[in-house]
Amino acid sequence: MLLSATTWLLVGQRLGIAALTLLIVSFAVFFATELLPGDVAEILLGQAATPEAVAGLRTAMGLDEPAIWRFLSWLRGLFTGDLGMSYVNNVQVSDMLAGRLANSLRLAGIVTVICVPVALTLGIASAMWRGSWLDRIVSVLTISVISVPEFMVATLAVLIFAVWLGWLPALSFGVEVDSLGAMLRAYAMPVITLSFVVAAQMIRMTRAAVIETVNTPYVEMALLKGASRRRMVLGHALPNALGPIANAVALSLSYLVGGVIIVETVFNYPGVAKLMVDAVSTRDLPLIQSCAMIFCISYLLLITIADVVALLSNPRLRR
Amino acid sequence: MSLPLRIPTPARLGYSFNWTGRIGLAIILFWAVIAFIGPWLAPYPPGEMVDWDYFGGMSGQYWMGTDYLGRDILSRVLMGARYTVGIALASVVLACAGGVLLGMIAGVVGGWFDTLLSRLLDAFNGIPSLLFGLVVVAAVGSSIPVLIATLAAIYLPGSYRFARALAVNVNTMDFVTVARARGEGFFYLILREIFPNILGPVLADLGLRFVFIVLVLSGLSFLGIGVQPPHADWGALVRENIEGLSLGAPAVVFPSIAIASLTISVNLFIDNLPTRIRDRSE
Repeated sequence: MLLSATTWLLVGQRLGIAALTLLIVSFAVFFATELLPGDVAEILLGQAATPEAVAGLRTAMGLDEPAIWRFLSWLRGLFTGDLGMSYVNNVQVSDMLAGRLANSLRLAGIVTVICVPVALTLGIASAMWRGSWLDRIVSVLTISVISVPEFMVATLAVLIFAVWLGWLPALSFGVEVDSLGAMLRAYAMPVITLSFVVAAQMIRMTRAAVIETVNTPYVEMALLKGASRRRMVLGHALPNALGPIANAVALSLSYLVGGVIIVETVFNYPGVAKLMVDAVSTRDLPLIQSCAMIFCISYLLLITIADVVALLSNPRLRR
Repeated sequence: MSLPLRIPTPARLGYSFNWTGRIGLAIILFWAVIAFIGPWLAPYPPGEMVDWDYFGGMSGQYWMGTDYLGRDILSRVLMGARYTVGIALASVVLACAGGVLLGMIAGVVGGWFDTLLSRLLDAFNGIPSLLFGLVVVAAVGSSIPVLIATLAAIYLPGSYRFARALAVNVNTMDFVTVARARGEGFFYLILREIFPNILGPVLADLGLRFVFIVLVLSGLSFLGIGVQPPHADWGALVRENIEGLSLGAPAVVFPSIAIASLTISVNLFIDNLPTRIRDRSE
């Protein structure tokens, strides 16, 4: 595929917008965590601190400098990997994050590998046989999953698989992970729950994308010429729906970011989200900043990928 | 002439609600009424331990069982309706009022003001909603006014974007041009020409946003950073009693059902709104 200069320009523009958004988002995060709570030195030392001690700590932490200067040096720290020290247990934030990030990414990876094929198959199938019993069941299920909170999907999964059927342990990492079987059982619950949440979005968007192409005149023409329903969808509609579908996949994967916060908490999964929720209860601000930035960056990344894919796959968007 | 005396029911205005929509509406009204009169209906004081046993099952005495401290779940669910419905309603009204007003102004004014505002609010859409709540609560602590303001701030950009797109469309129509040629002022244009013509879709959008807000609010309460004890919304009720899950206690099930019934029925109602309200362009 040869891309014209305008296309590259538009893609570059999207990336520029993403970078600008990231800058605004990071300022919002910095503003919320450093400037809103009031004086960090007073928070750290507690109410019994003398004014001299507070002033000393302020100078030591560089809190006397103007806010914009602190923001810039914090931003530089983010880029160079210097995320600061945790308030609560005086460990480098980057050390606390390293293992957790790998855990969260592994969870997200497994969910993606399971979700994408299943959701695409179901989405395309229900678009192909629109109005059939399969389509209706899938629609009702996806709407129900989307309209209830993520923690309800999680509790329902525990109720079914751990309490009634007794197949899986209710909490994932309270159990010893010593064999492959035990590891699979430990991962099963978080993966099942997240998969339901993400797949529901993906199926709905995929179905909508395929149906939109099926409604175009050239696909109708194929049907009028006597092509079967299967051939009409798979041969004529699907190639043109690939772009919107890829867009839908990237967009629905961004629901991982919200879902993972709930799921890691429910199942005690040692990932970044669990770390962040714990940090919120201890008000460990540097840790919260870094976790929040990780989530915002992954969310923006997925949304931008979705945008760029839509742009590359649909020439009409480039005019 | 009997014409002015007729009451403008939906049917006489040419709208018809189908049965799925009516069922949705009935459940919404039910919870709205409960949010008002719930505390008087509650058989026991919601904060009082009435049963010596914890995680009691359903019985004639405690219709929905008892929670981890032996408090009556029915009373707590009735009380929780006030927090869940009330907070979500306040936030959604704030978010939509702000978003729609800004959206109409941006849509009519256009130019650099529009570009700047749209860019800025789009950037805020780049923060996942639950995360936004987590960060704000970590920074300033959790209280009901903070929750309402945060939830409103999370959903204002989306409402702005929706209203702006509609306002830009209406703004190019002939009757607006005529009003402008008549020499009508800026606020007349926005309030009398644009607003009535985007009202239907904006109300449908408000309903969907209400669902999102209920979901995020319950999520925050479930994480323990939403409504704080001794008060409890439905999300907090699920959190309190999550230990009872392995016992299959009704204390976890009923608050969950309450949330689901509210969100699903709003979705049903919005999905089945008459086309004339949802989309004025058709």
